[in-house]
Amino acid sequence: MKVITDYSPPNLFIRCVGELDHHTAAETLRRIEQALDRYLPKNCALDFSALTFMDSSGIAVILRAQKRMRETGGSLVLVHPMSQPEKVLSASGIHRFVDIRY
Amino acid sequence: MKYDNYIKVEFPSKSCNEALARSVVGVFASQMDPTLGELGDVKTAVSEAVTNCVIHAYPDSVGVIRLRCRVLEGDLLEILVRDWGCGIPDVEKARTPLFTTGGEERSGMGFTIMESFMDTLKVRSRPGRGTSVVMTRRLSGKTAEG
Ligand SMILES: Nc1ncnc2c1ncn2[C@@H]1O[C@H](COP(=O)(O)OP(=O)(O)O)[C@@H](O)[C@H]1O
Ligand SMILES: [Mg+2]
Repeated sequence: MKVITDYSPPNLFIRCVGELDHHTAAETLRRIEQALDRYLPKNCALDFSALTFMDSSGIAVILRAQKRMRETGGSLVLVHPMSQPEKVLSASGIHRFVDIRY
Repeated sequence: MKYDNYIKVEFPSKSCNEALARSVVGVFASQMDPTLGELGDVKTAVSEAVTNCVIHAYPDSVGVIRLRCRVLEGDLLEILVRDWGCGIPDVEKARTPLFTTGGEERSGMGFTIMESFMDTLKVRSRPGRGTSVVMTRRLSGKTAEG
């Protein structure tokens, strides 16, 4: 799992590349929170276009990143999920609470 | 039960084996000529079941996880994931969406996802003895797509 950040004020882009499961979730969340703390962006886009696999461990990561953004008055959007992660998002109902751009 | 083919593997409950289990099932299921979508569904369900063994069944130790895949009657895939860990006191409650004993790091959606990605899901558990999860999925596959 690779987490690539790109900040162009006030937007932070975080690109997740690889597979997000329980094994990679803690480190992924740590990297995301680190970037949020460092840049304190107004908007954060989680780019999932190269995330090839996600299970329910990813849901907790997304929700915690969103909570973090909201605490500082910002917003989070999930961008371009591939079909397998997208299916997990809709089966879990989380697509109703998270802003997803297809 | 009658089967056409099977595989049985055991591995320690280390989180790095979650990806391994998904791959094993993916390779095994390939002989049934599934679609990419079907393969993704099955891998997702296996990831959930194996992760539960790693996190919940053996919270403070490394135990054994058994994974068995069988081809039943041609296009029916059966997957068993079993552990000899702490067990689940109330299976019905555990299967409720959002129920988790795992705190903020978990979503409580594992069983819900297994249910919606597979055709059937059976969970048998005895506290102190372990848990077995049996799931089936009919892979109509590429032939059905034409
Ligand atoms: N193999 C297992 N051994 C012991 N407890 C389990 C097992 N699988 C699931 N559980 C229990 O069922 C609950 C719900 O599981 P699940 O739906 O996968 O959500 P989550 O893993 O996010 O907690 C877990 O929090 C745990 O208490
Ligand atoms: Mg789970």
